[in-house]
Amino acid sequence: MSGAIVTSKKVWQRHDRKTQLAVWAAWLFGTAVFVYCFQLISERTIWAFVWDAPAQAADLGARMVPPAWSYIHYLWRPIWDTLNIATLGTIISIVIAVPIAYCAARNTTPSVAFVRPVALFIIVASRSINSLIWALMLVTIVGPGVFAGIIAIGLRSIGFVAKLLYEAIEEIDESQVEAVRSTGASAAQTTVYGIVPQVMPAFAGITVFRWDINIRESTVLGLVGAGGIGLELNAAITQLYWTQVSLMLLVIIGTVILSEWVSAKVRHAII
Amino acid sequence: MSLALPAHRTWKKPPAIKRAWLRWTLIVGAAIYLSLALGTTHVNWSRVWEGLPRGMQFVTAFLPPDFTSRWTEIVEGIAETLWMTVAATVVGIALSVPVGIGAARNIAPLPVYYFCRSVLAVSRSFQEIILAIFFVKLFGFGPFAGFVTLSFATIGFYGKLLAEDIEDMDPSQAEAVRATGAGWLQWLNYGVQPQVMPRMIGLGLYRLDINFRESAVVGIVGGGGIGATLDTAFNRYEFDSAAAIILIIIAIVMAVEYSSGYLRRWVQ
Repeated sequence: MSGAIVTSKKVWQRHDRKTQLAVWAAWLFGTAVFVYCFQLISERTIWAFVWDAPAQAADLGARMVPPAWSYIHYLWRPIWDTLNIATLGTIISIVIAVPIAYCAARNTTPSVAFVRPVALFIIVASRSINSLIWALMLVTIVGPGVFAGIIAIGLRSIGFVAKLLYEAIEEIDESQVEAVRSTGASAAQTTVYGIVPQVMPAFAGITVFRWDINIRESTVLGLVGAGGIGLELNAAITQLYWTQVSLMLLVIIGTVILSEWVSAKVRHAII
Repeated sequence: MSLALPAHRTWKKPPAIKRAWLRWTLIVGAAIYLSLALGTTHVNWSRVWEGLPRGMQFVTAFLPPDFTSRWTEIVEGIAETLWMTVAATVVGIALSVPVGIGAARNIAPLPVYYFCRSVLAVSRSFQEIILAIFFVKLFGFGPFAGFVTLSFATIGFYGKLLAEDIEDMDPSQAEAVRATGAGWLQWLNYGVQPQVMPRMIGLGLYRLDINFRESAVVGIVGGGGIGATLDTAFNRYEFDSAAAIILIIIAIVMAVEYSSGYLRRWVQ
C-alpha cells in the first residue's frame, strides 16, 4: 500500500457549481436589463450633441474663467437668505416632526391601529416629494421669495427627521421608562424623564445632519423662484454671465463644505 | 455631629449642557441669530394672505387626481425615469468602485488618495439639479443628460461610503490573503471585497431608491423622465394631472423602499 493515489488534481473554487451558476445567471440578467435600459435611452438621444459635448465643455470652461470676483458684494445677501431658509426650515420641521415621530413610534403611539398609519403616511409623503417640487407648488401659493423656500424645506424635512426620530424612540431601553413609571410618574412625566433623555443625543444628531442637507438643498430652491442664491444662479445662467456663474458655484461649494464641517464637528461633540 | 442638610432641597433635572458659560453663549447666540434672521427675512404677508384662498383653490384643483387624460404621457415618463434610474445606478456604481478604492487611505498611495478624494468632494458638493443644468447644456435635452447627472452623483455617494467601509475593514483577513502570495488583484478580490460586499449591496439598492427620487426632479430642468411630464403639467395648469403624477411617484417610491428594505434583509 503506497498511500492514496491522487487521480485528478482538485482545484479550490470559491463557490460550488450550483452557486456558480446562480451567480452567472444573476450577472447575465443584470447585464441584459442594463443593456436594454441603455438602448432605450440611446434611442431618444441625439448623439451628435453628445459627441459635440467635449468641445462645448471646453467652450463653457473658457467662458467661466476667471470668476467675476467683484460680483461677490451682491452675493452676501442671497447667501444669508440661503442660510436662513435652511435654518428656519429645519426649525419648522422639528416642531412638526416631533409629535409625528411620537405618534409613529410603536411604543409611544396613542393608537397602533389609527394614529400610527396616518403618521407613517405623512412621513412617506413628505420624504418622497423633493423639496424642489414642494417649492414649485408653494411658489404658486404664497408667491415667490424666501418664505416659500422656508416652508418647502420645512415640509420636506418633516419625513426625514420624524423617520429617524421614531426609529430612535423604538430603540430605547424600556426598563428605564418602567423605572420612572414605577415611581408614580404621570404619562407626561414618564415621557419627559424616561424617554426624552434617551433620544436626546440621537435627536440632536439628526437635527444637525438635516440642517447640513438643507443648506445643500436651499442653494437650488431659487431655480423655481423660492429665494436664496439659486435665484441669482438662475438669473446668471439665463443671462449667460458665465463668469458670475462660476463665482456662485465656488460660493456654493464653500458654503456646503463649511456646513458639512460644522455638522461633523457638532455630531462628533454630541456622540 | 450631624450633616446639615438643607431643609427643602428638591431634585432638579441636570441641564443638557453642563458648562454654564457654553450653555448661555449658545442660548444668547441662538436668540440673536433668530431675531436677525426673522428681522431680515422679508415676508410679504399680504401676498401670503392673498395666496391662502388661492392655495385652497390650488388644493381643490388637485382633486380628484386625473389619471386618464394624460395617461400615455405619464406612462412614457415613468418608463423613461425607470430606465434612467437603472442605467445610471449601474454605471455610477461601476465608476465609483475604482474611485472608492483609490480614496481608501489604508490601501491607496497618497497622491491617488488625494485625487480620488477631490473627485468625491466635487461630486458631492453639487446638487443633482445644478449638475443637470450643465449636463443638459452639454448633451442636449432628454434622458441622456439625466442619466449622466445621476451617474455622476452616484459616484460621490457610493465612492465615499465604499472608501469608508474599506478603511474600516479588518486588516488581518486581507493580510492573511496576502501572505499566501496573492497578487494585488487577487488580494482585492479575496481579501477586501468579501468584507465590504454585504453592506455595499444594501447601499447600492438604497442608491437606486435615491436615484429614482432624484430623477423625478432632474426632468424639471430638461433631463427627461417623469419630472419633465410633471413640469409640463404644472406649466399647463393641469393640476389634476400633476396630482396624479405626484401620487404615482409616492406609490413607486414606497414600493421601491419596501422592496429594497426586504432585499437588503434577504442579502444580509
